[in-house]
Amino acid sequence: MHMADALLSPAVGATFWAGALGTIAYCSKKLKENLDEKLIPLMGVLGAFIFAAQMINFTIPATGSSGHLGGGLILAIVLGPHAAFLVMASVLTVQALFFADGGLLALGCNIWNLGIYPCFIAYPFIYRPLVKTGSSSGRIAMASAISGVVGLQLGSFSVVMQTLLSGRSELPFSAFLLLMLPVHLAIGLVEGFVTAGVINFIRSARPEILETAFSARPLPAGIPIKKVLAGLLIATVVIGGALSWFASDNPDGLEWSIEKIMGRQELPDAERGAASALKSIQEKTALLPDYNFRKSDEQTNRSAESGPASHYGKSVSGIAGAGLVLVAVLLIGLLIRTVRRQSS
Amino acid sequence: MFDNAYFNLGYLDTLSYRDTVIHRLDPRTKLLATLAFIVTTVSFPKHEIAGLLPFLLFPVLIFSFSDVPVKFILKKVLLVSSFAVFIGIFNPLLDRQIITSFFGLSVSGGWVSFFSIMLKFVLTITSALLLIATTSFPGVCHALQKMGMPEIFVSQLLFLYRYIFVLAEESMKIVRARDMRSFGGKGLGIKPAINLFGTLFLHTVERAERIYQAMLSRGFTGRLNTSRTYCFTIADALFAGLTIIFLYFFRMHDVVGIIGRVSMRMLG
Repeated sequence: MHMADALLSPAVGATFWAGALGTIAYCSKKLKENLDEKLIPLMGVLGAFIFAAQMINFTIPATGSSGHLGGGLILAIVLGPHAAFLVMASVLTVQALFFADGGLLALGCNIWNLGIYPCFIAYPFIYRPLVKTGSSSGRIAMASAISGVVGLQLGSFSVVMQTLLSGRSELPFSAFLLLMLPVHLAIGLVEGFVTAGVINFIRSARPEILETAFSARPLPAGIPIKKVLAGLLIATVVIGGALSWFASDNPDGLEWSIEKIMGRQELPDAERGAASALKSIQEKTALLPDYNFRKSDEQTNRSAESGPASHYGKSVSGIAGAGLVLVAVLLIGLLIRTVRRQSS
Repeated sequence: MFDNAYFNLGYLDTLSYRDTVIHRLDPRTKLLATLAFIVTTVSFPKHEIAGLLPFLLFPVLIFSFSDVPVKFILKKVLLVSSFAVFIGIFNPLLDRQIITSFFGLSVSGGWVSFFSIMLKFVLTITSALLLIATTSFPGVCHALQKMGMPEIFVSQLLFLYRYIFVLAEESMKIVRARDMRSFGGKGLGIKPAINLFGTLFLHTVERAERIYQAMLSRGFTGRLNTSRTYCFTIADALFAGLTIIFLYFFRMHDVVGIIGRVSMRMLG
């Protein structure tokens, strides 16, 4: 669910960059205040652990598909939320730069979606209250599963919001949610169970690692509840505002969008403006609905605006210009390469 | 696939230590130019295709001046395109309003916006990968530090990067060993994987403890120091200036349209 640059508008990208940077600064300050310098190498190497662990794929029972660990929740449990958030942010930065997962502008969104929710919502508000020092492994499993699901649901919900607020995708709000949430419900469950397994493994082999994490960093108490509430309030306002915006955009949201996605054409023709010009034949071939040859009635509509001749001329000069630009760019590249080769 | 991911990471790292005009630029300049490029590209409205084409000049110029293999980068771009395609592909199904026509063939807004997304995707991802291929990761980290990123976060990034290669090799060994023993798909499920994660985690923590001891014995006080210094040169000023001028020009003027009209007039 790494957001991509191409789906973002600069305003949305910048907003989440600001949020991510603010949280990085806040966490760094928090860690500096009670700096345990032992933590610096541990955090760094655990970040690398996340990468290495993601190389271990496993098959998910009954589906035949394979998955890998996300890691935000394990980090939060072992390191506490502040350190875990910084590690997650650094992992996502390396993924953006080296694996092109997401992009540079989308990095703010990705840090927000995959860092904030497991570290500052799922861990302190779900995992910590449920798991005490002497909790059974079953309880750990339950708490991790719920935390994993909640973290990923919130994350994928944000992906939907960020995409829709950017306005690059045509997907209606409810249809997009129906695509994202069920998939991430499954992923969240797997993430939760794998996390629980690893935590239980650590507990049986080296219990003191978790003990020190619990005693030395009682961080949930350190999170100012006011700030969390303020964050939630902002999120509510943004989501609420956006929801009403999309509600007005698509009054009959859910059914309409499913029909549209499935490509069924049981809608009244008048619903989508110029699309009503599509003939029934093209409506049945939902995969290629757009390359329809223009009909005479539509042509008359168009000619009222600009006249067919000028329209034709405009598109030809547009294509010619685009072609020339492409050729020129490629030629420049080739030229520089050959000149450099010869001179070296 | 694991070997492949590891190879890619290592190769991109190797590329970044070459010595070309672009490699020698200050990391801060390249970082800012790349960010400006991405923001400008993304700022185009949903239905823009022609206006995006001149922006190809930026990656093409960097490719040609820095000798980064084009195929390698494009392969990576293709590999990660799934999410953008997944979200964008619904546009042609949902937005059927006909907005333009090529030679009598009507094209709906959905297809136009889909191609616009894909073009933006290629441009932004390529430029981000080129940044790393010409700057090196430690270079980017130092640039971030100079630009005010908190010290703890920068040392976190440097540490993480230093140990990715070490731990990736370790987990590759584990994965190979498991693959060789899992006849008929046995032992590839979640439970054995959890034990592998656990073992790897414990190794990691032990390694972190050893690293910490080693750092202490070399006088570590909680600060990571760097010896390398960068300075802003004339080449940097030129690069940044030209990038900004061209970004502004290509964003504000319909270059493709002008070229098209001029060429049509010349042809008569």
